[in-house]
Amino acid sequence: MDILFIIQQTLSATLGVNAIIFALAAIGLNMHFGYTGLLNFGQAGFLAIGAYSVAVPVITFGLSLWLALLIGIFNSILFALLLGIPTLRLRADYLAIVTIAAAEIVRQIARSATFNDSLGGSDGITGKFGKEFFDLNPFKQGLTTPILRFNGNDLWVVITGWVLVALITFVMWIMVNSPWGRVMRAIREDEDAVRSLGKNVYLYKMQSLIIGGVIGSIAGFVYALSRQSVQPDNYGTALTFFAYTVLILGGAARVFAPIVGAMIFWFLIVFIEQVLRAGVTSNIIPDWLIGVNQVGQIRFMLMGLGLMLLMIFRPQGIFGDKKELALDAKA
Amino acid sequence: MQKPNSGSNFALTASQTPGSSKPDPILIADKITRQFGGLTAVNVDHVEIQRGSITALIGPNGAGKTTFFNLLTGYDSPNSGTWSFNGKALNGIPPHKVARLGMVRTFQLTKALYRLTVIENMLLGARAQKGESVLLSVFPWIWRSQEAAIRVKATSILKNFKLIEKQDDFAAALSGGQRKLLEMARALMVEPEMVMLDEPMAGVNPALKQSLLEHIKELRNEGKTVLFVEHDMDMVHEISDWVIVMAQGQIIAEGTPATVMGNAQVIEAYLGAHHDSDLSSEGA
Repeated sequence: MDILFIIQQTLSATLGVNAIIFALAAIGLNMHFGYTGLLNFGQAGFLAIGAYSVAVPVITFGLSLWLALLIGIFNSILFALLLGIPTLRLRADYLAIVTIAAAEIVRQIARSATFNDSLGGSDGITGKFGKEFFDLNPFKQGLTTPILRFNGNDLWVVITGWVLVALITFVMWIMVNSPWGRVMRAIREDEDAVRSLGKNVYLYKMQSLIIGGVIGSIAGFVYALSRQSVQPDNYGTALTFFAYTVLILGGAARVFAPIVGAMIFWFLIVFIEQVLRAGVTSNIIPDWLIGVNQVGQIRFMLMGLGLMLLMIFRPQGIFGDKKELALDAKA
Repeated sequence: MQKPNSGSNFALTASQTPGSSKPDPILIADKITRQFGGLTAVNVDHVEIQRGSITALIGPNGAGKTTFFNLLTGYDSPNSGTWSFNGKALNGIPPHKVARLGMVRTFQLTKALYRLTVIENMLLGARAQKGESVLLSVFPWIWRSQEAAIRVKATSILKNFKLIEKQDDFAAALSGGQRKLLEMARALMVEPEMVMLDEPMAGVNPALKQSLLEHIKELRNEGKTVLFVEHDMDMVHEISDWVIVMAQGQIIAEGTPATVMGNAQVIEAYLGAHHDSDLSSEGA
């Protein structure tokens, strides 16, 4: 068993591209769910819109990548308005239903044969649409150390990605601690009370939906750019639920929760997989118990077990306050 | 203590009939009806609320008091009718705009914002906060001085309501009575002209009740108008200048507390027409 290899793989995943994508997706959900109480189960839809908005303009229409990023932000705002206008006046559970359906509609449209020419159908789009971004990379040789290893492109995504995460988190931190953030948290507790104090609750919920959605689409940018490819089925409901897992792992309504949650999530997944794989190949784990081909499934089972234990023993997440969580019962 | 202004003196002259006109009404409602399916929950022909007075809205359970409250404050829309506050028609005006016009309500089931601290509950109430704009929120130096001023005001109201020691606790940690106090204190942060209290005494222990009563009287002394729904008749007697009685969605009586409580129709609405007669002799 090569312990150094396991450490290298695990740490690279903990700080890697996927952790950035999930951190960003969860930051958006934290705005929606953690601070405003909006049950958005369609975050994958925002990521898909971000991802396709990067790929399609560049590959299909030959536009500049930077313009494509602006288009992506614009599209995600449009998507948020589309979701919010009919549902934000209704009770919270309607938003949950509409968002989960809307995200699936986005995915189904993306993979439909009708738009094969522009969106690539179920194969999605693969091509060098991130060229303008990777041309700026000063670290083309990548990074190779005993404990951390990234190829050139990944290293550039990781560096810019974490800087982006830090910037967004910093702005979020200022916003949620401002009077604006106070209105948001109040809406999470009881909208009618907030209305009775003269605040336009509908407007605030819309702002929350847009801000969290735009951050979600930025996660989509990273997803698409890092792989130089967009596949519709990557943006299914599982993505949304993993993002929720990351958020709750860290502790909802805590600014740093998505970052730490995403790191722990990817640390666990890769660590469990690498340990199992090493155990199986070196015959420490007998073949009749786990085969090489079963490692992928078993890591998710163990991951699920870990999450269950977390919810039992630390339901408030890493950063949460258990006393605060108990208040949720509205005694 | 200020001397009570003319608001409480109108009761000497105003006519004690349902829908009577008042010398200086702040709120006027006309032909308000609200149906839920076949049930007419509210059917108010005409009512006026005197400015600067404490008016109680009483009636048996299911009389439509809370529904009427919801209609007046924009939380529900009537099937027909018009109503105005300070001369401004309120038809179709959403709740947050009603509040901004100066009519602020509380709720029967107290709506303290549980996972906000007591002081945060208070700060939220203040109007026209620059820091509540999404764009300005990211520039703390723009709103910091306003926030400090609001905090001074919130602290002084909390002191008055004897909640100051609790200011950094979550609102959920307060007792039921303290939450009622907090809700009223928070409503005052909006600087309302008229305060609408939906059962302010429900579930409040006697000691706190007395202090709530004092706060309500204080509101009148400051020139504010108070309309409250209440079941506690002692309280109604003690503090209200005027009482309006609702039963089955209609206003059946209004007048000074003493007159209204002697009114045969009111007693009938509360207790039934035959409450005085002997059941056995009636059956025989």
